Formats: sequence, structure tokens, C-alpha cells
Amino acid sequence: MQRKIVLEARDLTRKVNSPEGELTIVSDVSLQIGSGETVALVGASGAGKSTLLAMLAGLDTPSTGQVWLDGQELTRIDEDARAALRANRVGFVFQAFHLVPSLTALENVMLPLELSGRGDAAQTARAMLARVGLAERVGHYPRQLSGGEQQRVALARASVTRPAVLFADEPTGNLDTTTGESICQLLFELNREAGTTLLLVTHNPQLASRCERRLTMSAGSLV
Amino acid sequence: MRTALTLGLKTLAREWRSGDLAVLFLALFVAVAALSGVGFVVDRIDRAMRLQASEVLAADLRLVSPDVIGPQYAEQAARRDLESARVASLLSVVLKGELTQLANVHAVAEGYPLRGNVRVAEQAFGAPLLVRAVPAAGEIWPDSRLLAALDARVGDTLSVGEITLRVTRVLIARPDQGSGFVDLAPSLLINDADLVATGLIQPGSRVRYAALFAGSQRDVAEFSTWLDANKAPAERLSDIAEASPEVDSASVRAGRFLLLASLAGVLLCAVAIAMTARRYVKRHLDLAALLKTLGASQAMVLAIALTQLVCIATVATVAGAAMGFVAQQGLLSLLQGMVAADLPPPGWQPAVMGLATALLLLTGFALPPLLQLARVPAIRVLRRDIGPPRLGTVLAYGPAVLAIALLIQWVTGDVVLSLGFVAGLALALGALALAGWLLVVVAGRVRGGMGAAWRYGFANLARRRAESIVQIVALGLGLSALLLLTIIRGDLIDDWRARLPQDAPNFFFVNIPSAEREQFRSLLAAQGGDMTRLLPMIRGRMVEINGEPVADRRFLSPRGEGLASREQNLTWSAEIGPDNTVTEGSWFSAEEHGQPLVSVATEMQESIPLVLGDKLTFDIAGEIVEASVSSFRRVQWDSLQPNFFLMFPPGLLDGAAGTWMGSARFRPTEPAEVAELVRQFPGVSIFDMDDLLAQVRSIIDKAVVAVQGVFLSTLLAGVVVLLAAVQATRDERRYESAMLRTLGASRRTVLVGVLVEFAAVGVMAGVVAAAAASTGAYFIARFMLEIPYRPDPLLWISGALTGALLVCVAGWLATRTALTQPPMQTLRQG
Repeated sequence: MQRKIVLEARDLTRKVNSPEGELTIVSDVSLQIGSGETVALVGASGAGKSTLLAMLAGLDTPSTGQVWLDGQELTRIDEDARAALRANRVGFVFQAFHLVPSLTALENVMLPLELSGRGDAAQTARAMLARVGLAERVGHYPRQLSGGEQQRVALARASVTRPAVLFADEPTGNLDTTTGESICQLLFELNREAGTTLLLVTHNPQLASRCERRLTMSAGSLV
Repeated sequence: MRTALTLGLKTLAREWRSGDLAVLFLALFVAVAALSGVGFVVDRIDRAMRLQASEVLAADLRLVSPDVIGPQYAEQAARRDLESARVASLLSVVLKGELTQLANVHAVAEGYPLRGNVRVAEQAFGAPLLVRAVPAAGEIWPDSRLLAALDARVGDTLSVGEITLRVTRVLIARPDQGSGFVDLAPSLLINDADLVATGLIQPGSRVRYAALFAGSQRDVAEFSTWLDANKAPAERLSDIAEASPEVDSASVRAGRFLLLASLAGVLLCAVAIAMTARRYVKRHLDLAALLKTLGASQAMVLAIALTQLVCIATVATVAGAAMGFVAQQGLLSLLQGMVAADLPPPGWQPAVMGLATALLLLTGFALPPLLQLARVPAIRVLRRDIGPPRLGTVLAYGPAVLAIALLIQWVTGDVVLSLGFVAGLALALGALALAGWLLVVVAGRVRGGMGAAWRYGFANLARRRAESIVQIVALGLGLSALLLLTIIRGDLIDDWRARLPQDAPNFFFVNIPSAEREQFRSLLAAQGGDMTRLLPMIRGRMVEINGEPVADRRFLSPRGEGLASREQNLTWSAEIGPDNTVTEGSWFSAEEHGQPLVSVATEMQESIPLVLGDKLTFDIAGEIVEASVSSFRRVQWDSLQPNFFLMFPPGLLDGAAGTWMGSARFRPTEPAEVAELVRQFPGVSIFDMDDLLAQVRSIIDKAVVAVQGVFLSTLLAGVVVLLAAVQATRDERRYESAMLRTLGASRRTVLVGVLVEFAAVGVMAGVVAAAAASTGAYFIARFMLEIPYRPDPLLWISGALTGALLVCVAGWLATRTALTQPPMQTLRQG
């Protein structure tokens, strides 16, 4: 069955100015990702993976080219419209977890629900934390949680709004092998349950191998 | 927007629980407590000074007129909750049997005086007692000189016009007796009800009427405006400067010092707010980027931050104002016995002003960084090196400059003064920023040749370039304000004390006949008196200026016309007194004695106007004398010594018939000694200035204590604010210190490194602050307070040391937990 295209990039290029002159970090990348698909973006450090992910998620804008996310052309809308789209259709998991240190686990998970103005945020967030195995840790602050637990909270936060696309940037990069494996397991389970499209950037071959498709980047281009 | 507000409040509550906002709250709280604490002290002392100064008018407002003042003003005053009273004064002969004496009759109504007290005694020149009443109808309170001249005592009767009144008390002092020596004749008080019966009020009699009003400062100010618009042309409002220049100059200078202290408070508050707003934004950059990643719009990020900041600011400022109130009570109770007993109760204005100032400063200083916070790109979640885009210069600094300028204008109420302060502030900021830049450049270059700890300290300075410069600017500004107050306070107090030494002359003698002056001096000396100045005095009128009749001349101002055309007291002297300074030309040399020359006071020079070499012609008892202006003198009129607008060299007017006037230090051991002088020289008018001196000394003493009190409270507040400001930069240092310790650095190495960094910042800020404060003090002393400025080279050293010490203590406080607790704990806390 033909999948609906949920994420598409056409001729994406990102250039930056540096003391050595203009650098091209991403060059002429085009791709299409279908709804519910799981895709791994791999490549050496400095290949441009994170920059491509940032442009596909609307966190950064390309120098040239176009991006469509869930039918919306990201490159034609302003920052606030992109933020609104992220609030409703996109989830993120980062290598450094990026939890808000002054908020408890529950409050961190409630945050995207509150930002998009949804009611029953506490109840939904509590259920999501229970789903990731942290029902007993809802009142803990990030500094009171282990790395694995923090990433579980981050996974719960990314999934709680049932996004169309989940972007993960090295989600196991800060974790030991065993913890990384369990996080990886959880990530794919949540993805399957919600039918979310997953695009993850990783160096981890095992993690990449669990995805349906693998895109490899080298020197800013897909190979 | 509702979501943003709700979310702002929710995140505020959550962040508050986590303790992350405590530093921001504390800095704002301390700043507002300091500002309003100083504000309360300034306000109470200022009102006490005004009240005391009002005593020389015997009221807050005094309307004077040559005609009867109608009841409409008193009615209007009563409607505005003001008290009022009446005084009518005229010259009349008082009789006791065959003896007569010209006297100033003051008919006073119930309620007089509205400010200050009347002092009376049971015998002439006796020990004074305060009374809270006026003479009853049928009574008369003559002063000691009048009693002595009439050889009368308490119980006798005296005739004034057509009635006879019984002496029930001796008048020693009235609050509004003034110091202008206008009232050369002795004085007496009678009841207003007896005035008509005296028959002295006739068409053409020269009566001076005064209506007195007193009440709250606001009511008085409103009534004064109303009165100014509704009074008759012949009626005028009398002010303190006219009634007593000594009291006026002391209160004006003290008031200006208090104003400076308020400005210092505002600057300190600005420093604290600028530093904490910076810290708030730095701490929230990652959160803002994350919120945007999770879908928050720019407006929502801004609204969340604004909600947080406004809530914190509101609570911190209200709590700070309350703390300021408590602190001022504590401070003033420390000064009890000197000033607190007489202070009016605290008003609510300083609290409101503290709140408004803090909120205005917060808006000016926090808005630009908050706008930056809202514009931080979401990509920062992936690349932490990406910060918010830079704001344009106008947007980045404009609101802060505007807020400060508005506050300075609000405090000073004078556009020229405000522009001067803003310009001075801009120069000081520029110098501090330049010094900061130099320090980081030098630190970057010299660190190579040092030990590990020193290298770490200097490396930090160079690496945190922007932070180091901001810290030097903020600390330097705070220190400048404190050092400036230190210098000005010292100069002001020295000047006050020099103007009115303990051995200032306390007796004045006028109308000493030329032929009897040596006898008079001998009798005075025999009684222990010491004549400090004795000058001849003749009456004369200026008739021509450069050959042009004064009557035909057009003057620039009514004052100039008045000074040129009125009959003048003239004198001659070989010596210029220490209270006179030649501003142009030169004082008479020995060769010039007998030459047709004249030295003119600067008031006359400016208001007529005159230049050196102008020829002035005088009519002195029918004889015409022409003299060239050979010098101009600045006269210190509040020196309590005889002084003249016009002075001639000896040998020119010596033949003219005149009298002598003198001042003396005289402490009669018993009233009879003064009575003896009066008896032997009945024509000499004797003025006992002790009461006036006591009044001026009391005001100056209060002003000194006020200045000290306000200075100390500002200093204390300043130190606390600066400590809080340094605390606001502690996070990064704590983290680095823990990191260094993890890498094996000893506690000593880390501590020395931190102290080197802080000491360098403190010394640099202190030195530039000393330079800025010295320059500022010069201009303020010269042009605002009109007192001499003495440069103090030690200030540079003390400024640098104070800066270093203050910042080191603050730095140590900020990093000590990172030095004592295990590094892992600090690193985990982030």
C-alpha cells in the first residue's frame, strides 16, 4: 500500500559563514518519508545530519530548497507558524535530554500539552509517564533522575501530543549500552502504538538497523 | 495570550519551588528595600528640615502686605484644613512715665506662631522659657532692651498709643525675628484685640500686615499656588531666603544632598536590576529555545517571561518597600537623640516612589534582554553556541537610558540639572566600559607568565570578555555613587562647620556714636566682651552712574533698580573681612587710601549691572562724592558679621557724620551686664544673637546628622546591592570551580584564581569610580552646592581598595559552597 508522504525535502542546501569563508553544510538534499515510516539518518560526525534534521523539523531554515511537513510548506511560513506546527504535529528527543531542570517529570511532560492549550494535561501526562515506567517518579526533578530515566521522561514528553513525526537526535548517545537498548526498545514501541513517523539521527548501527530505511550522509549530501 | 499567562504563572510557581528565581527575587528585594529605605529617611529628614526652616517664618506660608489682609484667605485656608494666624507690625513710641522709646509693636492673634515657639523670661535678659500662648488682652510683652531702656520690670505698666498695658512677661525671642537687622528698634508683643484701641492705625500709618498659614506639605503647596493666583498686587509671599539667609542656605544644601542620595539610590537600584535581568535572561535562553521547539511562539515566550518577571518584581518590590520601612525605623532609632525625636512620621510617598522606580527601571533594563530572549532561535536546542540575534543599539540601550533619564528628571525636577547628570553618567559609563575593555585585553596578554591560580583568574577575565566589562561598569557605577556621596558629605559638613564656628560673634551693636566708640569698646572689654569687627556706617544715596542720573536710568530688573536707588548704608575699611572675596579688580592698597574708589558687592554688580572703572556718584548728607569701582566682592551674607554692599577706602569719607556698628563675642554672666551697657549708651541698639545662632546651629546640626544618616543608610544599602549584584554572576564560576577541582586543582588554587579575577575587577572598577566621583564631586560642589571642593588623593587608593575588598567578599560568598561541597554535587546542580 502506498504510504502518504508526511515529510518531504526538495533540493535542500544550508550554507553558513565562517572565518574561512562560506561553508556548505548540507548540499542539495531531496527526500520523501511516508506516514508511519521509521528512518535512520547515519553518517560520520560533521556530515550534516543534525543540520538536516533541524531543517526538516522547522528548527532551522535552509539557504535554498523547500520542506513540506504534514502537507505544510515549512519554508513558506514564518517562525511562529512553524512553532504552531511543531506544537501539534512534531515531537523531539535529544541526546542531552533537554528537560527543564526547574520542572518535575510530570510538569516537563505537561509542558507541550499546555503550550498547545489542551485540557487535562496533568492526567494525560501522568498516563504517559506510567506508560514509560515512571509512575512512581512523577514528582522528581531531572537532577533526581538517572540518565535513562531522564530520557524516558523526554520520550514521554515527545509522544504525549501524539505527533505526526518524531525527530530523535542521537537518543541513546548519552546512555550506556543496556540503558540505551531499553530506551531504543521503548522508542520503537511508542512509535508503533501511535503510528508515528520516526526520523532518527544516530551513530549506533544497532539502532539504525531497527529502522525500516537508512539514509546515509557524507559531506552534506545523501549517498 | 490566556494560555501564555496561565503558563507563565504555572512555570513561575514551579520555578519558584525549585529555588531558581530566588536570586532574582533577592536582588530586586534588596534593591527596592535600599531605595525605599533611603527614600523614607530622605523624606522624613527633608520634612523635618522644612518644618524647622518654616520656623523663621513662624509659618509654612507667610503673606505680607502694607494693607489690611482680608478674611477671605483665612476662610479659604480653613476649607483646605490649614491653620492660620495674623500679625500686624508697626513702629511706635512706648512710654513709661517720662521715659520714651521707639519700638516695633507686633500685634499677634491667637495661634501665633504656627511654627516655632515664642520664648519669654521673668526678667530682662533672663533665662528663656517656651510659651504656647500670646499676650492676653491688656497685657504687653516687651523685649529686654525695651525694658532696660524704659527702666521697667514685670508688673509695671507701659503706654502704647492711647492705651496702657501691663508687663506680664519679657519677650526673649520670636521665631520670625529674622537676622536682617531691619528691626533696629526693640520689639514688643501685644494681643491683636488691643491694636485698634491703641489708635495707632490711622490713614497713612506704616503698618506691615502678615497672614500666616501652616498645614500638611501638600495642602500648603496647593494653597500657595491658589494664593499666588488670587492675591492682590501689593500682597506678596515671603520666603525663607528673605527671612533668614543662614537657615535657607543650610536647608537648601541639605536638601540638595538628600537629592543626591536619592539619585545614588536610583543608580544602585539600576545596577542591581540590570545585573539580575541579565542573569534571568542567561538562565532562560535554553528554556526559551526548548519552549519554541515544543511549539511556543515568540509572543508566548515573551509573555511567559514577562508574567514571571512582573510577578516577581511586584512581590519583591512590595516586600522590599516594607523592608525599607522597617530598615529606616531601625536606622533612625540608631540616630535617636540627635534627629529622630523631632522627625515627622513616615509618609507613604517613598514606598510608592520605590515601587514605581523599581518597576520603571525593570522595564528599562529588563525589556531589551527579554525581547532578545523571545527571539532566541529554536535551533539552540541542538547548537548551544547559537544565541539570540543582537538587538540594535537603540533598542538595546534606549529603554534603559530613557528610564534613567526620566527618573533623574523626576528626582531633580530641573531640566538643566538632569541633563548635566545624564551627561556625567554617560561619561562615567564610557570611562568604565573603556577601563573594562583595557582590563580584559591586558589580562589576556599577561596571563602567560603566571602561576596556575593567577593564570586561571586572568584567563577567566579575558574569556568572559563581555561579562567582565559589564561587571566593571555595574560595580564602578555603584562605587562612583557611594564615593561621590562620601566626598560631598565631607565637604558639605566641613563648610557648614567653618561657616558657623562655636566662637562666632553673638552680639551686634548698631548706632555707636563716633565719639563714644572707644568708651563703648572699653566697657564691653571690661565685661569680658571681645569686639570682632567694628565698622563705621553712614547713610548715602547713589545719584549717578557714569554721569547718568539713577532716576533716568533704565534697569534690567526691579532688584537692580531697588539696589541703585534706595538709601544705602556705606562704610570704609582698610581690611577686607574673611567673609568677603574679591572676584574682580583688587582690594584697596595702602597707597589707594583716601582715593575716590569703591568696592561693590557682586549682587549689585550683576543686577544693575556694573563693570570695573564705572563712576558712581553719591549724595552723602548733601555732599557729593564720586568714586570709581575698583573691585567687586562676593559677600558671604550668612556669616553673621556686619557686611555692606558698598565699601570705600579709609581717608575718603572719614569726615562724614556717622555712627559705628560692631559685632562681638560676649557672654554676660548676668543680665545686669547688658542692662548696664544699655543704661550707659542708651542710643546704641544692642542685638543678642544667641537665639538666632542657636536656631541656625540647631538647623545645621540637624542637617549634619541628616546628611550623615542618609549617607550611612545609602552606603549600607549600596554595599548590600553590590553584593547581591555579584551574587547574580555566580553560577558559571561555581560550575567552573567544581570542574577545576574535579581535574585535581586544590581548593587554594581555585580560591586564589577566583579572588584574582574578582580583585582585578574590583580594583579597576574602584579606580575608575574614584576618578568619576572626584570629577562629579567637583562639579556638584562648585555649581550645585556652591561650596569649596578639596581634592583628596587618598580617595583613589580607598576607592580601589574598597572595590577590591567588596568584590572579593562577594566573590568568596558566591563560590564558597563550590569550594566546600564535593565537586560532583555542584556539577549535578548545574
